[in-house]
Order: sequence, then C-alpha cells, then structure tokens
Amino acid sequence: MSETLILTKRWGKKDSATLASYRADGGYEALSKALATSPADIVEDVKRSNLRGRGGAGFATGLKWTFLPKDVRPRYLCVNADESEPGTFKDRYIIEHDPHMLLEGIAITCFALDIHLAYIYIRGEFKRQAEILEKAIAEASAAGILGAKLGGKAGFELQVHVHRGAGAYICGEESALMESLEGKKGYPRIKPPFPAVVGLWGKPTIINNVETIANLPWIVQNGGAAFAALGAGKSGGTRLFCVSGHVKRPGIYEKPVHYNLKKLVMEDCGGTASGRPVKAVIPGGSSSPVLRGDEIDVSLEFDAIKAAGSMSGSGGVIVMDDSVCVVRALARIAKFYAEESCGQCTPCREGTPWMEGIVEKIEHGHATAADVDKLEQLANSIAGMTICALGDAAAMPVQSFVKKFKPDFLAHVEARGCPVGERGWGVVQESREAWVGGIRY
Amino acid sequence: MSAPDRKMPLDPSELPKEGVAKFDAELAHVLKRFPDDKKAAAMIPALRIGQEIFGYVSTAVQKLAADRLGTSPARAEEVATFYVMLDTEPTGRHIVEVCTNVSCCLTGGERIFEHLKKKLGVENKGTSADGRVTLREVECLGACGTAPAMLVDEEQHERLSVEKADQIVGGLK
Repeated sequence: MSETLILTKRWGKKDSATLASYRADGGYEALSKALATSPADIVEDVKRSNLRGRGGAGFATGLKWTFLPKDVRPRYLCVNADESEPGTFKDRYIIEHDPHMLLEGIAITCFALDIHLAYIYIRGEFKRQAEILEKAIAEASAAGILGAKLGGKAGFELQVHVHRGAGAYICGEESALMESLEGKKGYPRIKPPFPAVVGLWGKPTIINNVETIANLPWIVQNGGAAFAALGAGKSGGTRLFCVSGHVKRPGIYEKPVHYNLKKLVMEDCGGTASGRPVKAVIPGGSSSPVLRGDEIDVSLEFDAIKAAGSMSGSGGVIVMDDSVCVVRALARIAKFYAEESCGQCTPCREGTPWMEGIVEKIEHGHATAADVDKLEQLANSIAGMTICALGDAAAMPVQSFVKKFKPDFLAHVEARGCPVGERGWGVVQESREAWVGGIRY
Repeated sequence: MSAPDRKMPLDPSELPKEGVAKFDAELAHVLKRFPDDKKAAAMIPALRIGQEIFGYVSTAVQKLAADRLGTSPARAEEVATFYVMLDTEPTGRHIVEVCTNVSCCLTGGERIFEHLKKKLGVENKGTSADGRVTLREVECLGACGTAPAMLVDEEQHERLSVEKADQIVGGLK
C-alpha cells in the first residue's frame, strides 16, 4: 500500500496556494458535501476519525467539540497558528503551500458547530504567512465561498479574520491566546471553565491547531473511518513530523500518526550528518521529555510514546549527535522557558530563571553534585503547581535531561567545566537541505 | 545602548498630526474584524500600526491607542510591555533578530549571533553606534528545519551561515 498523504499532497505544485489551483485539485468539494449533510453527522464522523489535536496536547477533537453548551450563542472558532514550540515548524508550511485547505477546514468546522466568526491567531513573527492567509481569505470571499453565504448556502454567514500576535510563546496556550485576542497580555486563565464553555469574550469557543483543522476536508471526503484506519489505537490519520538538528535531511515528513521514531530519524532523515551515533532525541517539541539515542525505537502515537515516558507533543523532533553537550542544550532550553514565562504564577516566574541559573552554573563548572540534586528538586516543585502547562513544560526537559544524562552533569562537576568545551553544539554545525514534503529548501 | 538625544512623547498631542491621521485610517480598517462592542481587542494591531508610523510604542502612542479603542492607557501599557515585538524605546533603523534556540544552535546559530555582535560592536538588544541596526537574540522562529534563522525587519531569512548573515546585515542601509 502506497503512503497516503493528506496534508502535504499538494506541496510543491505550481501556485498551490491559489484558489484556482486548489479548485483544480477538487478543493472546496468537501465543503459542498458537508453543507449537504447535517452538522451533527459531521461531528459524529470527526469523532469516528480519531482525530486528535496536533498542537501538543493530543486531545480528541470530536470530543472537544461536544463540550460546547447546546444553547449559548454566539460561539467562536480560534485557529491556533501561534506555532512557537521550539522544534516545530509545520503549520507555517500548510499556510504557505495550501492555505485554502486550512480555510476549507475552518469552513467545515464552523458549519458543523454553528459558528459564524472565526479568527486565525498567527504568531507575530509569521508576517509573510499572515499575508498569504489574508490573500487566500480575500480570494475565497470574492469567490463567494466565505462571507455572507458560506459555500453559497443561504442563511449561513461566516467571517474569517487573521490576527497577528506580537511575540509571546505563552499565547500558544489556548486561554492565553484568547486573552491576547481580546487585546490583553497573554495571561492564561484558570480552568475550568474550559474555553468550549467560557471562551472568547466569555462565549463558547473552540480552539484547534492549524494542522488539526486542515485534516477536515479529507475526513469529510473520505469518511472518519478511513481516517481512523490510517492510524493506530485511539489516534487516526497522518501527522506532520518536523525533524531538525543534526540529521542529514531535516524537514517535514508526513507519516502515519503511529510512525516509528527510529525509522523517521535513521531512515527518512538519513541518520546524523556527521555519521556519529545519536546521543539524544527530543521527540515532540522542547517541552517533551528527552530520549537517549538507545531509546528511540518507539511509536510516535500519542499513547504509545507516553507509555515510553515522553510525548509526541507538537511533532517537533530535535536530534543531537554524540558530539553535543547535553548540559549546554538543557541550559538553552531552560533559558527559553525563563524568557517565556508570563510571570503570573510564582513557581514558574521564579523557578524558571532559577533552573536556568543552576544549569548554567553546572555547564560552566561552578556547581557541586548537590546543585544537580537541587535542580531536580526545583523542577519537581514547579511541575503541576501552575495555572497553565508552561510550568510542566519547563520542568519536563530538566527532569528528563538530568535523569537520562546524569553522568554528563556530574562530569561537569568533576571537571569543573564543560568536558566538551567550545564545540558543545556539535562538531558539525551547518545548515542542510531540508525536505519539506515534496519540496527541497 | 546609545540613547538618541530626544525626549519620549508622553501625550498624543505631541505626535505629528499627519501620523495620527494615518494611524486612524489604518486602525479603522483593522476594527472591521471585531464586533462593534469589542474594539479593545484591536490593541496589538493598533500598537503595531503605531510602531510602524511613529517608530516605537512611546507613552503617547499607548495613550493614542487606548483612547481610540475606548480602554485605559494601563491596558495599552500592559500589552506594549508584554510582547517582544513591540518596542517601547527607540530602536535602530533596522532590527535584526537571531534565533539561538536549540535547533538553530545545532546548526551554527550561536556563531552567527556572536559574529554579528562583534561586527556591529553591540551586546544583545544593543543598537550600533551609527543607529543603523538593533541586534537581538530571540526565541524559536519556527524555522528549525531550515535553521539557522533570523528576522530582518520581520522578514524571514533561513538556512544561514556566518558569511550569509554577515552579507545580509552588511547590506542594510
């Protein structure tokens, strides 16, 4: 059986981002089909598809949709295009190469959920991608697909707008995203109530990731059962895995949701560029617990990799060969969370820079073995103690790096410095051709 | 950082009139995206427009945005100081933002940042003495597969090397 491609199948075609090209490939036919069925049937089919959120949490999309209270209007849709998890770079390519697939997914979602106003919240750094979306929305509106009559259906209005953020990782967290969209700083809200009940401007709101929504046209055309059959267990479909770091062929690989991590790294990506053994793999964005090179023979399916002690999160796979200093890598990750902590909860606001400081101290040889223990203790007292998941996201890399690579940490204490020295980011540090679906960058 | 020799405008009345007119025109366009009673939602776009027109989000620009959106200046300041892409102080003519997160460093991002610091004679967040470039170290830009990456005046530059980055920054007027 040849590989089924859902999301990347049109990437690399000439003018793939235009409406004409999308339509020539059967685009917006799924919307017509959806408009001819009942919204309830679409929701049922999405449940059947085992589609799970591609933004990081892996929550069942159909189930999330059923949390909407029946009789409260208006409802809103927020499409999360904040894509800021280090190691993740997939949604931007959906937007660059097939924005109408996303718009069709939005249209189907809104019809299924009786939503008439949708926002695409895109990170501020994606200026070009925001412009591509604006252009696609203008095209679809001019063609009468979006706007007063959704897909030509009288009585169903849908407005879609792009909202650009201004640089804040926390705004990828769904409640912070809504705060930001309301014109405030991105402070996450206490849950419950969940956004599906009390969301944007206090109204029921569904927040889904770009990749999640982009699957909808395929699901409507081919049926939820067919989508489920592509995956395994309680996860259906394919995923965009983003591979970066020391691999020979970094890029975006669309694979079944339960694809094997080792196969992805060693075969699809050709192993390490240096030919050296893999030392560490971060499998699902920088928040996910790190795996040692000898632990990567695992399925990337949400539940399977959870059982193996990590998570496939946002699909961002970062590969490091054995010339890397894992303490330096952790120091940089710790710095990221210290930078991006919004400052609302004390354990995270105070704990993230403290962790960064200790890891830096170890890296530079000023620490004792007791500092390594303190680092672990500190991470343990941040995890689970904050309003949003950023606290956990900051703690998990620290906990896992120390657990998996303790000898490396202690070697720094012993040597009173970094044993790897100047070349801590690897012996080969250079850009390589990236394989993004059928495109080469 | 070389502080330009001018005072920050504190009140919208100190802003150039034609700039304010331009601000209002562009804001009117943005406001169409939000329900009529939710104007305050446009705070990020409003401050971005202000930054583009007036150079940076001064206290005067914050007050202008708050006034037009029917909300308090405190709300504008909260947003202006929270998001890293909004500048509350004057910057150089160009802004160069180099990612040094993990995937970029694994492919040479740290070397690029160190090189540009030396070339421009600045530390992180500093502006070159000629006022040409403000250099910043930033977090993941979503270009990990095509790393290392940087933004120059919000335009993405990817698959960089020290030489390539040097050339791009050297070419800024």
